[in-house]
Amino acid sequence: MIAPFVIIAILVGFTVLLCTYRAVFGPGTLNRIVAANVIGTKAIVLLILAGYIIERPHFIDIGLMYAVLSFIGTIIMSKYLERGDLCSR
Amino acid sequence: MLTIDIITPDPLLTLINILATIVMSMGAFFMVVGSVGLLKFPDFYTRLHATGKCDTMGQILIIVGCMIYQGFDFITVKLFFVSAFYLFAGPAATHALMKAAYFTGLKVWKKGDPKM
Amino acid sequence: MTEAMGKTGNGKAFSILLTFIIAFSLWLLFSYWNKYLVGHYDLFRLARGIIVAVIIALTMHQLLIPAGGQKRLVKLRRWCLYALWELWQIVLAAVDVAMRVLGLRPLDPRIIEFETTLRSDLALTTFGDSITLTPGTITINIEPERGKYVVHAIAQEPADALTVDQTMQKKVGYVFMEE
Repeated sequence: MIAPFVIIAILVGFTVLLCTYRAVFGPGTLNRIVAANVIGTKAIVLLILAGYIIERPHFIDIGLMYAVLSFIGTIIMSKYLERGDLCSR
Repeated sequence: MLTIDIITPDPLLTLINILATIVMSMGAFFMVVGSVGLLKFPDFYTRLHATGKCDTMGQILIIVGCMIYQGFDFITVKLFFVSAFYLFAGPAATHALMKAAYFTGLKVWKKGDPKM
Repeated sequence: MTEAMGKTGNGKAFSILLTFIIAFSLWLLFSYWNKYLVGHYDLFRLARGIIVAVIIALTMHQLLIPAGGQKRLVKLRRWCLYALWELWQIVLAAVDVAMRVLGLRPLDPRIIEFETTLRSDLALTTFGDSITLTPGTITINIEPERGKYVVHAIAQEPADALTVDQTMQKKVGYVFMEE
């Protein structure tokens, strides 16, 4: 039962290449932030699938931490772009 | 002592494997469609529609497929927490990005405009 | 004196205890399966979990269990049923976007504004989240004084389902008892 995991991991890795086009050529900063957020989401899925392929599923803890950090990074970037300042007094 | 082992496939195990493969391939289909929408749509706001809904759904389906494959174990609980976190965090990040775009004055694409 | 502490009566001790139980049980859930893998699972690991759970319970108990008198249990039971309906809407939303990407349905975006009768923080947040999870709409801005929502819709049918039918406003108003 290793072959289906490998095929799905290759498909998800192919979509990362598709998103890289939008990260390089997107007109403006906001398109690039969206592409970075999507690539972060796919990285977590790849971590979990890689844990199943090599039969040591200990990468899930790293994936959980990275999901929280990536979400906070997106919120901070959008807040800075909207107001020009992170914590205005 | 000579023992002859006849290996018979356990039908329940094969059924669980097939169900997990079907759910994971549906999740991979939604992820590919979400990324193609990110390239194809003509405006920033519509691209957020494509990634905020399709991408979240595809990821949740792949993780649910891994949970079905694992059975009842403690790893299932950790996988459930990862997918539940994305159920709450995906729409919140989409809304934050859209609010930032609206208040810095990004133009909205109407039907009939050239692609931006 | 008891008002100066922030809560009346002995609600404070109960909320600290409940937060400690939740934090410690989550820690046990995440780390107990190492019992057969590492070799020995003794009081040292449990002590680390107890210390962290006590710190979290002493500093954050007012965030998790708020002040009483708001009929939380009834709202929680209605909210669970509403969440099940919401999960079905997420599946419909993903299928709808997939059809628009593949070209089976047209693309005609617009921005709409409307007002509701919801006023509390939790009701406004739940409704805004539900708009983002429904097929075809994403929330842009919320004004809490008049309950006004600015929404970006991707075609005419999802915009009509939100302003003309108003099924979701009635459901959220029923859950939070703010018709």
